Order: sequence, then structure tokens, then C-alpha cells
Amino acid sequence: MYLLRRAWAELANEVFVLPSRTLVLIWVIALLALPLVYDDAYVLRILTMTCLFAIFAASWDLLAGYTGQVNFGHALFFGAGAYASGLMSQKLGVSPWLTIWAGAAVATLIGFLAGTLCLRLRGSYLSLATLAFPLIALGLLFAVPEFSGGELGISGLRRLATTPTQNYYVAALAMLAVVFGLWLLADSKFGIVLHAIRDDEVAARASGINTPRYKLVVFALSAAAAGFAGALFAHYIRIAGPSTLEVALSFQVVIWGIFGGVATIYGPVAAVFILYPLTEWLGSFEKVGELRLLIFAVIVLLVLLFMPRGLTPWVRDKVETQCPRCKQRNGTWRKMCRLCGAALKAEVARAQRLVGHQ
Amino acid sequence: MLQDILVTGLVNSGVYALLAVGFSLIFGVARIVNIAHTAFYMLAAYCFYALLVKGGLGFALAGAIAVAAVTALSVLCYRLVIEPVREHESAVLIATIALALIFQELMLLFFGGSYLGIPSTLEGVVRLAGVSIPYQRLLILVVAALMLTAVWFLLYRTRLGLAIRATANDLEVANLMGMNVHRVAMATVAISVALAAVAGVVVAPVFVVDPFMWLAPLVTMLAIVVLGGLGSMKGSLIGALIIGYVEAITVFAVPAGAYLKGAVALLIMVVVLLVRPEGLFGVAFEEER
Repeated sequence: MYLLRRAWAELANEVFVLPSRTLVLIWVIALLALPLVYDDAYVLRILTMTCLFAIFAASWDLLAGYTGQVNFGHALFFGAGAYASGLMSQKLGVSPWLTIWAGAAVATLIGFLAGTLCLRLRGSYLSLATLAFPLIALGLLFAVPEFSGGELGISGLRRLATTPTQNYYVAALAMLAVVFGLWLLADSKFGIVLHAIRDDEVAARASGINTPRYKLVVFALSAAAAGFAGALFAHYIRIAGPSTLEVALSFQVVIWGIFGGVATIYGPVAAVFILYPLTEWLGSFEKVGELRLLIFAVIVLLVLLFMPRGLTPWVRDKVETQCPRCKQRNGTWRKMCRLCGAALKAEVARAQRLVGHQ
Repeated sequence: MLQDILVTGLVNSGVYALLAVGFSLIFGVARIVNIAHTAFYMLAAYCFYALLVKGGLGFALAGAIAVAAVTALSVLCYRLVIEPVREHESAVLIATIALALIFQELMLLFFGGSYLGIPSTLEGVVRLAGVSIPYQRLLILVVAALMLTAVWFLLYRTRLGLAIRATANDLEVANLMGMNVHRVAMATVAISVALAAVAGVVVAPVFVVDPFMWLAPLVTMLAIVVLGGLGSMKGSLIGALIIGYVEAITVFAVPAGAYLKGAVALLIMVVVLLVRPEGLFGVAFEEER
């Protein structure tokens, strides 16, 4: 009884005070409880794919949003995981439960290599050079069709689990674990260093931060998560094909990341959970189906015109305010900060408003 | 085979130079990474097709109208979509990706996904030192050379060109000197898209026209621009020559070269970047924060 009361108090004090945390809790519960309530195979299939792409988008955000290494070729890591895991399970006959880790490991290695190549590049040069990597890989794969399956890819892979519900739980749990892991990492001291590298690399180096080492670690970590997602994806759709390395996928993850709001981790995840089911749902209509990519692009464009920083930062600013004294976040309905008691809506004098009070 | 490599390389380089110089110009002046650049090239090819085959206009008239219409559209897109989010670099980036997708889907909707062929503007071949060159390819070369000369004249011999170069050099100072940088950026967008549109019109009879024709040249163009140095005209031109010839050599001289041509071109770009991170003729922004 005491423990229950304690848990309730924790919930009420830490989670329900902030609308964003409440939303996350509802989302996690809904995600885990959905198959118990409604187990339509089609819906579960879409949500499984959504979960896998959410891992992918979150891994891009760690690299591009936090560290500022805007990667235009993130599909390289996704494809590396997919192909490595697929080849290993197909040619060597190893269980997919083992090969997904091998896929992630190969992606980590490739991420490390790509990071080494990119250490001297910055800004747009880095973006455009990374765009080339998956295409080089694609050209090499097409040149050895006996090994890679050419344009058809490696098909007939084994699934991790048999029923749609089991597959869904594998993807959902993997997604929750990876995304919360990345979020914790990005929220730690390590994440603060990454913010520093993005904002001013020279200053970060001057403060004694070994920026190349940090960048390499982030490249490897981000590639590991993306490769893990790729391996799971390949075993779910049972094909490791060239579509996992295409420019379209690299652009897709950039769109998800920026649409959701960069440097948040939860932003890209939210964007995937909104945009991916939306496009699939639109595609299920006979007439609108042909227009779905068009509608997708128009929505992205319109949302950006009104919220140029992305969707989640905009929503967050609407439902929460930052305490001017202790920088903690509070629900908009509060007049005083829940932690330090400072007044949240200070009366702004007219003169201050005129000079453009921040 | 040597003659084939020489001619194909030169023609491809001409097209790539038109695209790359335009992209480089817009990046230099407005710092926009315009992913939709080759989508305008695709639009121009479609517009040319519609006017020529469906509308029954003459070659010259159809080409001129196509270029003008696409240029006007680009200025409109810039005003409506890009300018409101100019301060947010990442928003500009995906706005241009979204624009490219929208154009692709619209063309898919209006014309379908099938390959459309356009009859040759000029029939016949000219024999030069043992190689037969179709007039059509010669036309591409001549148009590319003319357009590049015109751009050079505009940039280095007119007041607008001076303003464009000044804005590319330092936006704030150009603004303080009384140049209307917004209008300069708009003019640059128009010039750069006009170059892409001209490229689209002249290559349409040689290549096939389809809604996805913007992707392959996009990647090659980005490789050229990065190879030559972002924002550098000279770099884009020399990069176009290098990549054009490398592709031609790979296709004609290497087995399975058609698959590898993109990979080899991109590999060269990566190697150059490793040796010179700012590209061949780019300026290093070491102190720029």
C-alpha cells in the first residue's frame, strides 16, 4: 500500500505536472496495450514499420540535431544493417536473433569509417559528401549481383517472430528501449558536449573537449541504432533490398527529423508516428492513393511555413512555459514556478514591450 | 572508343556545367542548398514536351516559353515558400526537398509515369575526325557554351553581376552599401533556374523524359559542386568537366560500367574532399562561425 501511494505521488509530482510528460506516458501505454484491444493485422503492420522508422529517425537526430553533422546519407547505416544481417542469416544460416546484433555491429563499423572520412568536413560539405556514401555502396552492390542479389536484393529472410502481434511487440519494445536510451544519452553530460560541438566547435575544442573523438563516437552510436533498425526492418519485410540505401530514404529521414524538430529525440519520433501512418492511411484510399506523396509534401511544406523550428518545439511552447529564474518547464496554467516559486508571467512594462522584450 | 569518350564526355560536361553553375550561384548568394534545382530542370523538359508535342509549337518558341515559364515559377516558389523561412536553414532545406517531391508528383499525375520521347530538334550527323556526332548533341554543346558565356558576361560586366558577386562575398556589407539583397537573391534564383531550365530543354530530345529524371543529375550535380568548391563558378565548371569525363570513361572502358559510373564519380568527389576539405577552388571558412 505504501509503495502504491509512493508510486502515485511520484506520478502526480513528476509526470502529471507537465503536459508533455503526460502525453509521453499515454503514448507508451497506448503503444503497449494496442494489440490487446485491437489486433487488426494491417494496423499492426503499419505500426511495426512506424516503430522501426522511429528508431531510424531518432538515430539521425543524435547525429544531425545534437552534434550538427547533418547527414544526408543516413540510409547508408540502415542499409548496412539490413544487408549485413540479411546476408549472414541467408548465407550462413544463423538465427535472425543473432544476426540483428551482427547487422548493428557492421553498421557501427561503417559509421566509424564514415565518421573518420567526415572529420575534416563541415556544414554543407559534410551533408553533400555523406549523400554520396549510400550511392557508392549501391553501385558496388549492383556490380556484384551474385553476392548481393542485384536489384532484387536478398529475399526470403526469416522473421524474428511468427504472428503479427509478436512482431509488433518486438518492434515496439526495441523502439522504446533504443529511443529512451538515446534520449537519456542526449540528456546527459555527453549530450551537453554534443550541443557545444554543434553550436561552436572551435570554442568546444578550446575548452578542452576532444571534438574528433566525440564526433566519431556519435557517428558510431548513431550508425549502430540505424543499423539495428535496418536489420529489424529487413527481417520484418523479409527482404534486404536496394530500397534501404536509396536517396529517397535518406531524404525521408531528414524530413522526419526537421518536421518533428531537431535536437529533441522525441521530435523525429513524433514526426514518424504522425507522418508514416498518415501516408499509409491516405494510400489506402483508391482515389487519394496516387496523391499521397503530393499530400505528404504539401503538409510538410505548410507545417514548416507556420512552425519553422518543427512541430514538437512549437507544441511544447504552447502548452508549457519556461521559468525565468530556474529554467525548469511548467504547465501554461501555472502562475508560479512549481520548483522555485518565481512568478511565471511577470508584468511586462509597456516600455520593455516596445523594445522587443524576449 | 576514344572518340566516343571524348564526345560523350564533352556533351555530358556541358549539361552538368549548366546545372552546377546555377546551383553554385544560388548557394553562394543566398546560402540555399536547393535540392529542387534539378526538379526545375525536369519541369522544363516536361513543359517543352507539352508545348512541342501536345501544343504543336515550333522548337524555338516552345523552348523559349518553357524556360520563361519555369523561371517565373521558380521566383514564385522563392517568394511564397523559401523567403518566409529564410532564417531557419534546416526549414529551407526540407522546403526545397518538399518542392521537388511536389513537382515530381504533379508531373506523375498529369503525364503518368511512362517514359516520354521528344523528336530530335535537329536531324543528321556531322563527321568530325572520324567520329559522327549527331547535330542534337552538338546543339547541347553550343547552347551550354553560349549560356555559360552569357552568365560570365552578366556576372563580370554588368551592375547586377557586381551586386550578385558582392552579396555572395559578404551579405551584411552589401546590404549596408545600399544593395537590395532580397532583390539580388531573387534575381540569382531566376538566373540559376533559367540555366537549369535551358539544360532541361536541350537534353529532353536526347534523354527520355520521366518524373524521376531529376534524381540522377541531382546527385551528380551535388558531387560536381562539392568537388569544385561550393559557391565557386570556376570550380563548378572544372568539376563538371572532370565528372563528365570520368563518367564517360567508366561507361565505355570498364565492365559493368553503367552501374559503377555514379559510384566512381562520387568516389572521386570523396577523395578530393579528403585531400582538400573545401573542394578544388572553394574558400576555407575556418574562422567563420
